[in-house]
Amino acid sequence: MKIAVCIKRVPDSETRVKIASDGKSLDEAGVKFILNPYDEFAVEEALRRKEQAGTGEVVVVALGPAAAQETIRTALAMGADRGVLLQVDRIPADGLEAAKALAAELKGGGYDLILFGPMVAELLDLPCVTTVAHLEIDGARGTAEREVEGGVEVVEFTLPAVLTTDKGLNEPRYPALKGIMAAKKKPLDTKPTRVGQGGLEILALMPPPERKDGKIVGEGAAAVPELVRLLREEAKVL
Amino acid sequence: MSGGVLAVLEQRDGALRKVSHEVVTGARRLGDALGGTVDALVLAAGAVGGGADQLGAFGADKVITLTHAAFARYAPEGYSRAIAVVFAASATGKDLAPRVAARLGVPLAQDVTDVGVESGAVTVVRPVYAGKALLKLKLAASPALVSLRPNVFTPVQRPKAGVAQSAAVDVPGGGGGGGGRVTVREIKAAPAGALDVAEAPIIVSGGRGLKEPANFKILEELAGAFGGAAAVGASRAVVDAGWRPHADQVGQTGKTVSPTLYIAVGISGAIQHLAGMRTSKVIVAINKDKDAPIFKVADYGIVGDLFDVVPKLTDEIRKLHG
Ligand SMILES: Cc1cc2nc3c(=O)[nH]c(=O)nc-3n(C[C@H](O)[C@H](O)[C@H](O)COP(=O)(O)OP(=O)(O)OC[C@H]3O[C@@H](n4cnc5c(N)ncnc54)[C@H](O)[C@@H]3O)c2cc1C
Ligand SMILES: Nc1ncnc2c1ncn2[C@@H]1O[C@H](COP(=O)(O)O)[C@@H](O)[C@H]1O
Repeated sequence: MKIAVCIKRVPDSETRVKIASDGKSLDEAGVKFILNPYDEFAVEEALRRKEQAGTGEVVVVALGPAAAQETIRTALAMGADRGVLLQVDRIPADGLEAAKALAAELKGGGYDLILFGPMVAELLDLPCVTTVAHLEIDGARGTAEREVEGGVEVVEFTLPAVLTTDKGLNEPRYPALKGIMAAKKKPLDTKPTRVGQGGLEILALMPPPERKDGKIVGEGAAAVPELVRLLREEAKVL
Repeated sequence: MSGGVLAVLEQRDGALRKVSHEVVTGARRLGDALGGTVDALVLAAGAVGGGADQLGAFGADKVITLTHAAFARYAPEGYSRAIAVVFAASATGKDLAPRVAARLGVPLAQDVTDVGVESGAVTVVRPVYAGKALLKLKLAASPALVSLRPNVFTPVQRPKAGVAQSAAVDVPGGGGGGGGRVTVREIKAAPAGALDVAEAPIIVSGGRGLKEPANFKILEELAGAFGGAAAVGASRAVVDAGWRPHADQVGQTGKTVSPTLYIAVGISGAIQHLAGMRTSKVIVAINKDKDAPIFKVADYGIVGDLFDVVPKLTDEIRKLHG
């Protein structure tokens, strides 16, 4: 079972967001970057599939700046076998450009599963199932459950396939000290990469509209009639 | 379709889904700004109900229904082969829109909360960094693909009727099967009338303050008092504890929601929870700790024991809908 997982380096959600002086990007000074928590589910699922098959390889691939090597090391510390960094100065705003670069790297790699999105699936002409909440693989066939509005779809697909994992598919493992030490020696291939501009241009990065200061309506059940009045007459949502 | 906008609608079992009126509304806004027409596209097994006849009133100049037996439910591979131009939304949209973007080689702006036109180009606004910033983007390509975040575009009625067209289509690969590579074997439907938290206009969410799973009954009663407009959500703490299904989780590792009204009950308001609901129109917090961070984002708060406050609130809402 050879599995590729595309991972992304993102600011920690606890981070304070400050807009850079160009008005278009994040001021990265003092920002802590982490492995995208969504991608942790994908890495975990890949590791479990390999463990279940008893053999195979989990390759993590990231498109990003040199600093994304650290993100790749996190996934290696969780247990992935090797990493590939498609190094660019800046991740393009147009996801299709990122997908094209990642698809070019993955093409012909002999992967049974690629944990990435529908764009890469279309580019590689592979079957694709998104937001997988439960997964079973049996030889060259897989069964996935995906949560859709109004129910759960049970979907069968053939391998090789592209899957996106739903948040909450599993409980991602924490890298153990042993894993962190081992990760330092695992292969990490850095490839300078060119990506197109794409058709998405950033005009501005802006703070969200200030929420009007809220008010404490009162204490306990006695405050409920006033709350309902405010929701009706002031907020006009009832 | 020169200068026009295509709204890609969603139906389920022959009934139009609520997001469809929102998509037409967003498309109309762009259509007006571009000075173009709005066509609405529905893929279905047959005739579509659930308000499809009123799409004209929401701003569609033409409603095109493409019928194929395989279109009863969303079937990704067949759909993206049949569709040429798209403006989509929602869970289906998140699956479909990237496929169409990759096929057409055009950019896609997903999950946007605002659309506009500047110097003839489509612009969008998209929340980023867990809702702590907004990114404004220009789509410098045609067609421009955009998917709208549910519940943000309030449908607006207009005094104009649209034209309806229907055509049966043939889909290479059979529509539902995608050449047999992906097949939907079964759909385990949620109970009839159950609203998905991602799309409910009102959400009553509960956290660890509920103390035990059985107590969620009081939130279900409150949600019920809104007469089918409300869903029950949950914090991660209670999902991890196994009290509620993961599908109900709101937050960074759960669903991102923007309901008209979000009532947080016994939820402290951790940053990861706020990431999923801070774009709600009106936020109400009920918490016994006056210093709980949820009060910082709440428009209205009641400090008190939820076991006293919630039943009283349920009574008052029932009276309104009485
Ligand atoms: C990577 C990561 C991702 C995460 N993703 C999510 C996510 O998607 N969604 C999410 O919700 N969390 C997420 N979390 C967890 C988050 O940090 C919090 O731990 C969680 O939201 C807390 O849940 P809670 O508010 O229900 O519980 P608590 O923080 O324990 O809060 C319970 C609240 O109930 C109040 N209370 C208790 N009894 C009563 C009573 N009788 N009446 C009124 N009020 C009462 C208390 O005052 C308290 O404020 C994530 C964390 C991490 C690290
Ligand atoms: N630059 C990238 N490198 C690797 N994977 C990526 C990249 N961009 C996006 N992805 C993958 O696509 C997912 C969604 O990306 P996004 O839509 O940018 O949040 C990420 O969680 C990754 O799995």
